[in-house]
Parts: sequence; C-alpha cells; structure tokens
Amino acid sequence: MATLTVDQRRARDRANTWKEIKSNRWAYLFISPFYLLYAVFGMFPLLYGLWLSLHVWDGISPMRWIGIENYAKLLVDDIWWQAIGNTIWLFAAATTPQLALALVLAFIINSSYIRGKEFFRAAYFMPIVASAVAVSLIFTSLFGQRYGMINFGLSFFGIEPINWLNSRQWLKPSIALVTIWQWTGYTMIIFLAGLQSINPELYEAARVDGATTKDVFRHITLPLLRPVILFQVVLAIIGAMQVFDIPVMLAGGTQSSAPGGTGRAGLVSMVLIYWTAFKYTQFGYASAMAFILFVLIVIFSLGYNSWQGGNPTD
Amino acid sequence: MTTTQLETTQRAAAKPRKANNQRDRLAGPVVMALIYGFLGFLALLAAFPFYYMLVTSTHRTAEILSIPPPMWFGPSLMVNYQDLIAALPFWNALINSIAISTLFTVLVLFFCSLGGYGFAKYRFPGREGLFAFLLATLMVPGVIGLIPSFVIMNWLNWLDTWNPLIIPGIANAFGIFWMRQYIDSAVPGDMVDAARIDGAHEFRIYWNIVIPVITPALAALAILTFMGKWNDFQWPLLILKDEAKYTLPVALSTLRSLRGSEIGVQILGATGAIMPILIVFLAASRQFISGITVGSMK
Repeated sequence: MATLTVDQRRARDRANTWKEIKSNRWAYLFISPFYLLYAVFGMFPLLYGLWLSLHVWDGISPMRWIGIENYAKLLVDDIWWQAIGNTIWLFAAATTPQLALALVLAFIINSSYIRGKEFFRAAYFMPIVASAVAVSLIFTSLFGQRYGMINFGLSFFGIEPINWLNSRQWLKPSIALVTIWQWTGYTMIIFLAGLQSINPELYEAARVDGATTKDVFRHITLPLLRPVILFQVVLAIIGAMQVFDIPVMLAGGTQSSAPGGTGRAGLVSMVLIYWTAFKYTQFGYASAMAFILFVLIVIFSLGYNSWQGGNPTD
Repeated sequence: MTTTQLETTQRAAAKPRKANNQRDRLAGPVVMALIYGFLGFLALLAAFPFYYMLVTSTHRTAEILSIPPPMWFGPSLMVNYQDLIAALPFWNALINSIAISTLFTVLVLFFCSLGGYGFAKYRFPGREGLFAFLLATLMVPGVIGLIPSFVIMNWLNWLDTWNPLIIPGIANAFGIFWMRQYIDSAVPGDMVDAARIDGAHEFRIYWNIVIPVITPALAALAILTFMGKWNDFQWPLLILKDEAKYTLPVALSTLRSLRGSEIGVQILGATGAIMPILIVFLAASRQFISGITVGSMK
C-alpha cells in the first residue's frame, strides 16, 4: 500500500467513491424527485424571473431587452413605494402585537396554576385553520360601517361608527386586526412548544431563590426562548412581506379595478405585483418588483438576525 | 441553530408534557380570576367570528343589516343555499378542493417520506451538501417565482389544469426535512440492516419496514399539507380560469365581487369552506396542533 504513487492513490479513491455512489444508487433515486422538481419549478423560475425583469414583455408579443430600465423606473414609482410602505406598516402593526400577545399567553398557559390548557390552546388555534378568503368574507360583514357587528359593539362605549374598509385611515388597521386575529394563536402554540422544552428545574431553582413571576419571565423565559422568538420573527418578516389573501379580499376583492381600495391604503407589494403582471400584463416590470421585494426580504431577515441573533445568551 | 431548535420544537410537540414546568406561584385568587377572565375573553374573541358566520348564514341581508344585528339563527338557510348554488358551482368547487387536496397530500406523503428515508438512513457521497441545499431552498421567498412559474405553466400547456397545483410541490423541501428528522430518530438502523441481510429489496425495506414505523409523522405531515392546499388561494386563482375547475377559495373570491349580492349567501359560502376543516380540527385538535407545531419551520 505504501508504495502507491499519488496517481495510483487518486485512481483508487476515485474508484472507491464510484463504488460508494453505486452501492447507494437507491438513495439517490429516493431523493431525486425533489431535485428534479426544484430544478424545473424552483431554480429555473428564479433565474428566468431575473431575466424577465430586464425586458419589456406583455406575455404575448416578443420580449424586448431594456437592461435595468425597469429598476430605474421603479426607483421613482410612487405607487410601488407606497405599496412597500403599506407592507412594512402592516408588518409592524400586525406582527408586533401578535408576537407580544402570543408570548404573554404562552407564558400564562404554560404556568402550572392554569386549568383547561387544552381548551385554551384549541380555542386560540381555531382561526388559523380557516381559509383566509372565507375569513375575509366574514370580517367584511363584521366591519360594516352602519350595521356591522364591530361598530355595534363599539357603540356601547360611545364610539362613533368607523368606516373600516372604505377609508384611507382605517383600511390598514382593519387588515392588521384580521391578521392578528388569525395568527396570534398559531404563534402562541409555537412559543408554548418552546416553553415546554425549558428545563423545569430552572424554575424550581428560581423559586427557591425567591424570584417573582416577573423575574422568572425576564431572566429565565425570555433568554431561553430567544432562539424560538428570533426564528418566528424572521418567518414573520418573510410571510408579511408577501402577504396577499387578506389585503386583497378586504380591499375590494380580486376583480377590483382599484387594487388596494380607497387611496390605495390597502395596496401591499404582493397585490401590486399581481395586478401589474396579470391584469396590466407588464411581466417585465412586475418581475423587477418581485426581485426588489425578494432583496428587501433578504436584507430585512438577515439584518434582523445579525442585530438580534448576534450574542446568544445560553 | 435552526436544526437543533427545530428538534426541540418537534420533541415538545410530539408529546405535550402533562405535569407543568413553572412552579412559580402566579398570584392570589383575585388576580387568578382576572387572568381567567382575560383568557376567556380572548377565547371568546377567537370563537366569535365562527359563531357569527353560522348565525349570519341563516339570515337575509335585510335582517343582517338591522340594529341590533341578529345574534341567533334565522329562517333563511335554505333560501341562502339556493342563491349560493345559483351564484356559483359550490358543490363542484367543494369536490375539486377535496380531490386536489387529497391527491396532493397522498403524493407528498409518498415522495417526502421516500426522500426523508434516503437522507436519514444512507451514507452516500454528497449527502451533506445536497441536504444543505435542500434546507437553503426553504428560505427562498416564493414571490420571486410567481411570474416565471406562471409563464412556465403556459409553456407546458398546464394553465387551467390541476397539474400546477399538484406536481411542483409533491417532493417539497419542508416535507423531506420533517420526514428525515423523524426517520432518523424513530427507525433503528439495525432494523434496516437486518432486512437488507435477509435479502429485502431497498424499496421493499422502505415500504414494508419504514412506513409502518413512521405513521405519526405521516399523519402530522398529512394534516399540514392538506390544510395548506385546501386554503391555498393566490396560485389557484392565477392558474384556474374555467369556473368548473375552481377550488373553494377561488370560487368564494368571486362572491366578493358580485354586486348587490346577499351577505348571508357570501357568508354561507365561507361556512362551506371553513366547516370541513374546522370539524376535523375540533375532533382532533391535539394531533392538529402538534402537527402544526412541527411545521413551524414553514
């Protein structure tokens, strides 16, 4: 063996690798469907989307190369930036209270003094199993200005009827409220699972040392749950930047000729992309929007991650 | 970070711990009552829209638009139903939704458990790299693929068919990841080796030995997959043109645009889309919740 030359050794290694590959051919076959499908329906669209964004194309006539002109146009497109602004507004207004409320609820329900955990878990979780389109139809009725149940309820507190869905001022809060209603229970369940994996002895020890509930929450629960929270925030960013179902349905539906409703207050980026591509047939321009949105998502999630994820406490 | 954290989440989800962790005293009876009041109030908020949906399905617009709004069931369920099936092919859409979601789920279970098994129980050259690539694809936002995917479906002549709703996702990264994690811990390597020594074919090992052991993981993935497909909206909205092929969410979205249509009819349509999943959920909420917890990766 020791007398093998470098070339011979390389040849032997190659033969070994080849033998290993051959003996594992079934494994390659088993995992291959994902890679084949991803090549066609994942990877290729990614590159083709980038290519499209450098063209003018109505979907029928030949594509015309225009370089980065779509991107240049986007930079000064007020409607696009309004849509981005709306999207970020909705992310902040819907996600922040949702995460905070979910965290508090998970903490309470995880406590040993609460009975009926199963009931509360199931009740809070219910909204997420419902179709967002169906949920939007229900809330469209609940949000009715003159006869809606929500304004009726508010009237008992002396609050004047609010024009929830047809005013510039209230459309976004309405969308945020429905989003919070639908997603808080889900987020709570994730946090609850994270809490249940925290070693109970830590709580015992804290109690023996005379820690209050507040201390336990701040100094044990929060730091140990940090990775789970971090991950949920990143997922929330990715999800919220691409939100479509609830905004499109609350702001006039899919046949609307004025996407985003009154004053385009409910126009999120995904809705604008959808309309630009499939209603106005500007495939190139819409692809540029999609790519910018993609880049923003990557920047926000990586940015958040390095801001918050930098110093692990455990 | 992601992998270990997910494993923790999975473990916690797999068996919800009975006795609880926090031994810290929360508070005295008054504060406890306030806490229960708060929890109960939120549970009511979560449930109320569903109750409102059921009640409103049984009223005509004239009754719904009155003060106070109806809080109890009315007599108009049948009228609303007749209007609903006149406005859109409701039963057709329901059957389409069931067929697409079921077919998709069955295929996902097969291809994802097969792929997960491949990654969990074989040591082949390139395994780490291929798996890292698979995980990385999970982080790519879908928006970038929407327009080009539509163009590709046009090239393939798949517009207005069910293919685009089913085929691209049947071997998906999330499902393979989830199955691999489970198979890794639930299927002993010895069992696979023993079967191999007995001369069992590789596919037979997967089918006869692995599948029976991993049914809990399959059930969780099935729930997630079915629910996701059932509620899927944007992609089918884009693909389906012929009303006869609509899924429920797409059919429902057209109700929103029918001018002057009855509110009770719209809400009844929503009821039809929500109730099948909601009933399954209420019957098996524990399995549902653990399935979703595990799916938090998505």
